[in-house]
Formats: sequence, structure tokens, C-alpha cells
Amino acid sequence: MYDFELVRPTNLQEAIEALQAEDAQALGGGQTLLPTMKARLAMADRLVALSGIAEIKGICTDDNGRICIGGGTTHAAVQSGCAETFPALASLAGRIGDPAVRNRGTIGGSLANNDPSACYPAAALACNATIVTQNREIPADEYFLGMFTTALEEGEIVTEVKFPVPQAAHYEKFIQPASRFPLVAVFVARYADGVRVAVTGASSDGVFRWGEAEAALSADFSEDAARGLTAPDAGGMISDLHGDGAYRAHLVKVMCARAVKACL
Amino acid sequence: MPKDTGIGASPKRREDVRFLTGKGRYTDDINLMGQAHVVFLRSDVAHGRITSIDTSAAEAMEGVIRVFTGKDFAEVGGIPCGWQITSIDGSVMQEPKHPVLADGKVRHVGDPIAAVVAETRDQAKDACEAIEVDIESLPAVIDMKAAVKPDAPKVHDDLTSNLCYDWGFVQENKDAVDRAISEAAHVTTLELVNNRLIANPMEPRVAVGDYTSHDDHSTLYTTSQNPHVIRLLMGAFVLGIPEHKLRVVAPDVGGGFGTKIFHYAEEAFCTFAAKALERPVKWTSSRSEAFMSDAHGRDHVTKIELALDAEHNFTALRTETYANMGAYLSTFAPSVPTWLHGTLMAGNYKTPLIYVNVKAVFTNTVPVDAYRGAGRPEATFQLERVVDKAARELGVDPVELRRKNFITEFPYATPVAVEYDTGDYNATMDKLLELIDRDGFPARRAESEARGKLRGLGINSYIEACGIAPSHLVGQLGARAGLYESATVRVNATGGLVVMTGSHSHGQGHETSFPQVVADMIGIPEDQIEIVHGDTANTPMGMGTYGSRSLAVGGSAIYRATEKIIAKAKKIAAHLMEASDQDIELKDGRFTVAGTDKSVAWGDVTLAAYVPHNYPLEEIEPGLEETAFYDPNNFTYPSGAYACEVEVDPETGKVEVLAFAAADDFGNVVNPMIVEGQVHGGLAQGIGQALLENCAYDADGQLLSASYMDYAMPRAHDFPMFTVDSSCQTPCTHNPLGVKGCGEAGAIGSPPSVVNAVIDALASGGHEVGHIDMPLTPPRVWHAMHGGTPNQGAAQPAAHSEETTHDRSVAGAATNV
Ligand SMILES: Cc1cc2nc3c(=O)[nH]c(=O)nc-3n(C[C@H](O)[C@H](O)[C@H](O)COP(=O)(O)OP(=O)(O)OC[C@H]3O[C@@H](n4cnc5c(N)ncnc54)[C@H](O)[C@@H]3O)c2cc1C
Repeated sequence: MYDFELVRPTNLQEAIEALQAEDAQALGGGQTLLPTMKARLAMADRLVALSGIAEIKGICTDDNGRICIGGGTTHAAVQSGCAETFPALASLAGRIGDPAVRNRGTIGGSLANNDPSACYPAAALACNATIVTQNREIPADEYFLGMFTTALEEGEIVTEVKFPVPQAAHYEKFIQPASRFPLVAVFVARYADGVRVAVTGASSDGVFRWGEAEAALSADFSEDAARGLTAPDAGGMISDLHGDGAYRAHLVKVMCARAVKACL
Repeated sequence: MPKDTGIGASPKRREDVRFLTGKGRYTDDINLMGQAHVVFLRSDVAHGRITSIDTSAAEAMEGVIRVFTGKDFAEVGGIPCGWQITSIDGSVMQEPKHPVLADGKVRHVGDPIAAVVAETRDQAKDACEAIEVDIESLPAVIDMKAAVKPDAPKVHDDLTSNLCYDWGFVQENKDAVDRAISEAAHVTTLELVNNRLIANPMEPRVAVGDYTSHDDHSTLYTTSQNPHVIRLLMGAFVLGIPEHKLRVVAPDVGGGFGTKIFHYAEEAFCTFAAKALERPVKWTSSRSEAFMSDAHGRDHVTKIELALDAEHNFTALRTETYANMGAYLSTFAPSVPTWLHGTLMAGNYKTPLIYVNVKAVFTNTVPVDAYRGAGRPEATFQLERVVDKAARELGVDPVELRRKNFITEFPYATPVAVEYDTGDYNATMDKLLELIDRDGFPARRAESEARGKLRGLGINSYIEACGIAPSHLVGQLGARAGLYESATVRVNATGGLVVMTGSHSHGQGHETSFPQVVADMIGIPEDQIEIVHGDTANTPMGMGTYGSRSLAVGGSAIYRATEKIIAKAKKIAAHLMEASDQDIELKDGRFTVAGTDKSVAWGDVTLAAYVPHNYPLEEIEPGLEETAFYDPNNFTYPSGAYACEVEVDPETGKVEVLAFAAADDFGNVVNPMIVEGQVHGGLAQGIGQALLENCAYDADGQLLSASYMDYAMPRAHDFPMFTVDSSCQTPCTHNPLGVKGCGEAGAIGSPPSVVNAVIDALASGGHEVGHIDMPLTPPRVWHAMHGGTPNQGAAQPAAHSEETTHDRSVAGAATNV
């Protein structure tokens, strides 16, 4: 690890100001950032820790019935806090990493990082969640811009994520055996006005919505409809040590069908 | 009633108290006054010529004491190899120099180029980044079959080719084997890969070198399984330090699995630099460094042919194996694919004719050497896979085919140079079928099918050679060392005693099981016995721990030394009781005179030995301390039968292990709980090899599985509860304890059961798949089911791919907004 300055603001305004400095970076739970820094693969002059800011932590329901999760809320807090109100999301959070990771890692950090194999992006995209920063509200459909790329600008902090609660939802995760991140995972969310299907782990462009599945399932929300789909094109799929593109494409279809089955 | 003390009891492991309470004292816990830290600059290319190294900027940096490069080691020897193999044509193997720091060329990713010694580790790291090295990249040789083609780039310019040796065994049998195969009623052929593995002990390697100028003594603290071997190799061959001026200490060691047997460049560096700088120098491997500098294991590519007659008797066996040596010869590397592999090719079967050919090949990869099982897992895997395939081709029961060919009479001399002393392969097979409930399998399969899953049962036998090894025999086979073990038993005046053993414990529980042996012999409580190991300064010359040898060889040395103690103690007791020593009996810690009610306690005798007022000084010396060196006159041959029951998800190819049973014959068992634990650990590594673990390089020699993001380590929840039994016991006939060794069996016997089970499951779903190379990952199984090419091809040492999870995550995080 290279030397850096650690700033520990206790409110959002201080954090925003601290992030104005040259080469400053937000530190969420550090579950991605710190291992990379330890390996000297990332460096920052200043880390601004978000963990001491109470106003970006916690879970509540707004007037529109949306579940609002503070950007600094840990995976463990989402797992327990959403168990009744949004079990599919609670279950997703409860399967990230191990207890140590879940007690430190945050939803804001996961969404800001946008790892192509991360779990939260699939939920946010399938629910068209709203990602809130100090400056604006970004619909998930406009937020994810490809592997490790988001609509966030320099110094922007994910302060809150608002999820419209689906009528039915399920997150089906097939793990990569080494990292235990998703090799492919599919989040299916059924709303009154249609079904949304988001896929993570599979594409080299990061999380994506599977249009054909959404159309078919909006018309007929059944396992048969899901099984009747043709697997997405293997062309843009990640091909690595743990599975080639054709296999990942096949898994997208299988995970989608299993998610639908679990919703019913 | 299970015993609660002595041989056969299961006292809890006394060493666990300090391990579980964080009080273990590992090499990294050793920090010496004035200690400096070294960080190695390692090659990030697989093959290249170093055209220049500029260390001036690094030397000028804060805290830097000195920067070393290859030229500083011009007067120093290379890292030696402890075994020499002779090729078919009578020539000895090609043995390249293995410099401490690269001299002129780098030969694998991770090869050390320079070393910075600084006041702190971070300063050394910073300075490493300031070293300017120009490397002219050369084409890398990764694929073994390509490496031995005439026009292949050479890993070592001064060798004639990349072929280390071409070994034929037993060469005199070759023509007869060829003939038997050409005349056979049936021949089953299989090409397979034994995947490259990384041992991954929980504790990475550490070395601390120290030097005291007042007495010109060097000390090395190191994470080793065999401190005396390191002292001999490093002292005599690398640094030229006589053994009486060199002490090697291996304190608590957090797992070895073979990879801590070998003498490594970092150990020599720290010892050398400590003397050059007159300061202690410490190196602690990072986990990333461990992936690219710890010796790897396995990595064989084999073609095996099994010939059978019309009655399904095995008539001949022929194998051709390419064995990856990596870029340099690690300490015992040449012996693994030859003497630890070829000699086991008979397995449990009376196949009369066997010929084994092994081509050892240099490639631009990390050196490969012994890893839990070492050669024997490779032998067992190919043999038990080909037998299973033969049963499938012939439409016969795989268990019956094995039974038909089992060796049933002992001693049995195999056609591959070893003599099995005892065994009962039908007994362990019977036990196994009961443990796994084979009769209930069809019902369980039907239940899985009702859920849309494919269920398979894989069964196999195994045999291994342990208790390594008879020195006279291994000497003829090319070993440059003896393989005896030593023990000194030092009894104190008050009756407690210390056993100083040449064996080394790094997870095996010696501090618990060795006292059980001595306590049993003398009849004193185990807590009166202390085990000392791991320090050349206070233990007799020993060969260390590997090859499931500690109890069979080290325990036998302890047994012999204790016998000498008892013989002398009886003389003292005889004197005290004014009887003849022939009439003295020792039981439960008391000496009695046969046929009388006279007795003296153990403590009376030990006190007399050190306070010899009433003592036969004219006949025996005072004191009670004896040493024994035990050299076995044969290997031991643990054997058994394993079964694995799996469920395959046909939609995803994912394999779940539902049950695993092991019926082992380890001869006599000293501590059943420790034995069970050893088998559990071995099974975890064997099933891990079969389903998860894979060390992969790309065609340019980049290590793809370079972190836990891509190298899949098994976890507890990947396994069911294991059913382990060691009640079938045919005691070893040639060591005093009748023990055979249990440390490696689990890793040796289990990979074929897993693969056999998956092939069986797929067949039940109508997918006739001949073989799938390990690890049987979901995509490999799924592709195999869909007629894809699951095999990576016999020429591929490991899976190839463009990228890794680690690269992806790292690239992303570094450019994160
Ligand atoms: C062993 C292990 C297993 C894991 N398994 C999984 C898994 O199965 N699925 C999965 O999805 N993830 C997994 N993760 C990743 C984990 O979920 C991380 O916690 C998460 O990806 C990053 O969150 P963090 O709070 O730790 O962010 P950090 O590591 O602190 O930061 C990550 C990036 O986000 C930025 N950042 C952090 N917080 C904010 C914010 N509020 N606003 C703006 N930018 C911010 C940082 O500057 C940095 O660039 C695993 C991690 C580990 C170590």
C-alpha cells in the first residue's frame, strides 16, 4: 500500500468538501478498494471514509412505498433490514462474500464500483432503482455505462438508493467457484406494468437488461415462457478460465428460468 | 472400550491449545534486533534476456541498505537438486543451474531478478519499483509436447533441449509389454491430464537470516518441513558454510503439503545477505508471491493403455507421461514422476507386465515438485480411471473387474520393482461397499432422477508407497540423500523425558501422537513426555516430514531409542533390586522382578541414573539418554478403497458431492482421531483437485490463476460429511510399530472416485463421455454432455484463456471514477 491521508468526516457536507482535493477517493467498506491498494494496484493521495456519516446509513420506506437504502449501508444491514419488506434484495445481500465482507461492504460502494460480476447492479437495474447523489437522482437505466463505468462524476457520492418494491422478485446466482462472485446471476422483478430482467457476470459490458426475456415474461410470466427463450448471443459474453461465452449465455437462460420459477 | 491413553487412544491434540489461542510461534513471529527486510523484484514475463539492470535510483532511496542482483552471487552455488535420474539411453538427466537471483535470463513469471534490503518492508517495496530492468522478451515454452520439438525455444541455452530426461521403467519389460498389448483381447486407452496445483498452505513462506561475527555462525529461521535437509543443501551446495557453523530452525509451521520440503532461493538469499550486511534479514512472502514462487504440484499429461484377456484378466499396462519440471529442478522434482510414480503403476492388481515411460520437460513455468501424494496420486488417477473405463467398455461391474485382478497373496513382488509386504484389498472393498451402501444406490439414483438430477457412484482402489525410504534402495535409484530418521530420548532425573526427533510437525500432531508411543512403552503419563523438533541445534540429524513417513520412520526411531532406554533402565533397576536384568519387567511405570513382589518405580530408576550413589558404575555409565537412527528396509504400503457419490445438475453441469466414503488400511493406528483428521484433509485436497483447483497459464506463460479470485480453494461447504474408516488393518511387517502412514492417502485415492462418479452420472443420463479432465468445473461437464471438447487436449498443461477475474477487477478499480 502506498501512503495516503485518511479523512473521517462525520457529515455529508464535510465528505463532499474533502473529496474536492486532488486525487481524493471515497472509501466505503473498503472491500474492493483496500485489497487493490494493498496490492499496490490502486493509489490515492487521500481517502475519505464514509463510514462515520450517519445520514447516509439506514433503511426506510418513502411516501411512494419505495425502499430507500442509504449509500453507506452495509450488506449485512440490508440483509436484516429488508428481510420482511424486500426479501429478494435481502437474500441477494446475504449471499455477497462472507460475514466479514458483508459487515463492511456497502451498497453505495458496490454500485459505484460496478464490477461486471457484482450482485447489487443486477437488483438496481431490474428494479430501475434511483441512485441518489448529493447533486441529483439518476435512474438505474441511465446509471450503468459498462464494466466499471457509471454515470457518477468526480466527487459524487452515492447517498441513497431507492427501490420500487416489485410484486415478485428473485435473484438467482451461479457462483464462480474461486471468487464466489456470480459467474452469471439474474435478477427478475415483476411489476404491475411489466417484468424487468437484469443479468450480471455474463457480459463484458457489465450488467444488462435482457430485452427478449422481459418481453416474453411481461406477456406470460411463467417458467415455460422463460424456458422457451433462446439464450442471448454468446458474442459479447465474458470468456475466461471459469467459463466461455457460450456457457455463460446458456447460464443466463437457465438462471432466468429458475428465478421466474422461484417468483411463482 | 476405546483406550484413553497410549497407542490406540485419541487424546486431543496438545499443540492445538497454542494454535487455537493465537500463541503459535511461526517464523514470521520471529523479529531479531536490528533486522532488515528484503523484497524481491520478480519477473513479470515468462522468458526473457536481461539486457540491463540499473539499481542506482533504488540505492539512493530512503532506508535502502543494499540492492543485490545476480552478479552478487557469482561466487555462490546454484540451488541444488537432490535426485538424479538416468535416461533410457544411459545418460544422466540434464541439470541446469538454478541461480539464487537471475543471471542473464528470467525463466518464469516470478523468477527473482533483484533483491532490495531496506530498514522497512515498505521502503524495500518502494525501492524495488525504482529498479530499472530491461528485458528482451523471448518466446515462452509452456506446452510440454511443443517444448520437446526440435525447433522449440530453449528454457536453458546451455542444455541440448528442454528434455530433462526420458525414463523407461522397467526397460527390460518393454518388448514383452508391447507384444502383450498387440495380442490382447481388449485394450482400453485413455489420455488424460493431471492438473497443475498450488499447495497454498495457510502460512506463506518466511525466512529470517542471522549472522553473528563473534563466532562466525549463521542461523536461518525458515518455514520448512525438514530443517536438516535445508542445512545440508544450503550449507554444502549453495553458500559453502560447514554444518557446524550453520543452524536452521523451523519453528511452528502452518502447513506444508510438500511445498515446504524444498530448499528455496529466498532462504539462501537471507542467510547470505545477513552475513554480507552483518544484520538479520527477513523475507515474508506475500500471498501473490506464494502463487508464483512456491513449487507447484502434479502437471502430468499421460497416455495409458490397459490390455485384458478374454476373461478380463489384466495382461499388460503401458504408459507414456510428460511431466512438467517447470523452469528449474526443484529439490526432489526428478523423483516424483519416476520413483514415486512408476513404482506404483501396478496398483492393487497382479498385472504381470508393466512399462512406464516418463519424459520430464522444462517449461517457462514455476518449478514443479512434490505435493501431498507426489507421484502416487498421478499413478492412482490414471490407473483407476483406465480400469473404470475398461469396465464400462466391457460392460462389466467395475468393482468385480477390480476384485478379479486384485493381488491376494503377500508378500507380492510387482513387475515395477517393489514388494508389497501386506494388504487385504478385498477387505477394504467390502468395508467400503457397506459404508457407501452400494445396494441402496439404485433407489437413491431414482430419487435424484425424479428431481431432474443425474446421480453417479464412483469407486476405486488405491495403494501407495510410504514410510520413505530404505536408504540403500533410494541410493540406487538416484537419491543424493539417505532417508532414515532419528530420535534422541533424554530422560530427566525426575522421570519426565524429552524426545528430540528429526521429524517435523506442521499440522500432523506429532506432539500428541509421538508421546502416546513412548507412554505406552514405559507406562508413564503422556504429559511426562515433551517432543522437541525443528531445530538443527537441538535435534539429531533427521530427514524431516513428507511421504507419510513420520510415524513409520520417525516413530520407529523413537521406538528404538526408547527400547535402548528401557534396556538400560532395567539394568539400573536390577542393580537397585539386586536381581538379574533378565528378570526385570516394566509395566505401568514400575519395574518388578519376575516371580517376586519386589518393585521400584520408574522415577526411582531415573533418579539413580543421575544421582549414581547406589549404581553399577563399573558396568554402565550414569545418565539416561539414547539415540537411534532408523532406516527402514522397505516402503510401507497403505491401501484402501474409496467411493464418491455425486449429483450432476444437467442444466448447468454443476457437480455436487453428496457422499464420500474411505476405507483405509493404515496398519496399526496410534491415534484414530488424528488419522481421521489426516484423511479428511487429504480428501479435501483430492476432491479439490478433481472439482475446483487448477493452476493455469496462458500461452505466453502468464499465470492466470494468480490469486484466490481465480484459483478455487475448496471450502467446508463444498463437501458432505466424510465417512472414514481405518478398521481394516494388516500391520506393516517390517517396522516395530506395524504402522503404514496416513498423511497422503486421502489426496491419492480420491480424485479418481470423483471423476468415476461424474462419468457414471452422465452415462445414466445417456451421455457416454469417455473422460473429462480435472477439475470437473461446471462448463467442462456441461460441454462434455453436449458433445463439446471437454478435454483440454493431452498437450495442454492447463486451461487457457485470455483473461482472469483478478485482471478485470484490478483494471476496473484502478480506473474507478
Ligand atoms: C471476499 C469477497 C467476496 C465478495 N463477494 C462479492 C459478491 O459475491 N458479490 C458482490 O457483489 N460483491 C462481492 N464482493 C465485493 C463487495 O460487495 C464490496 O463490498 C463492494 O463491491 C464494494 O463496496 P465497498 O463499500 O466495500 O466499497 P469500497 O471498496 O470502499 O469502494 C469501492 C469503490 O467505490 C467507491 N465508493 C465507495 N462508496 C462510495 C459511495 N457511497 N459513493 C461513491 N463512491 C463510492 C470507492 O471510491 C471505490 O472506488 C466481495 C468482496 C470480497 C472481499
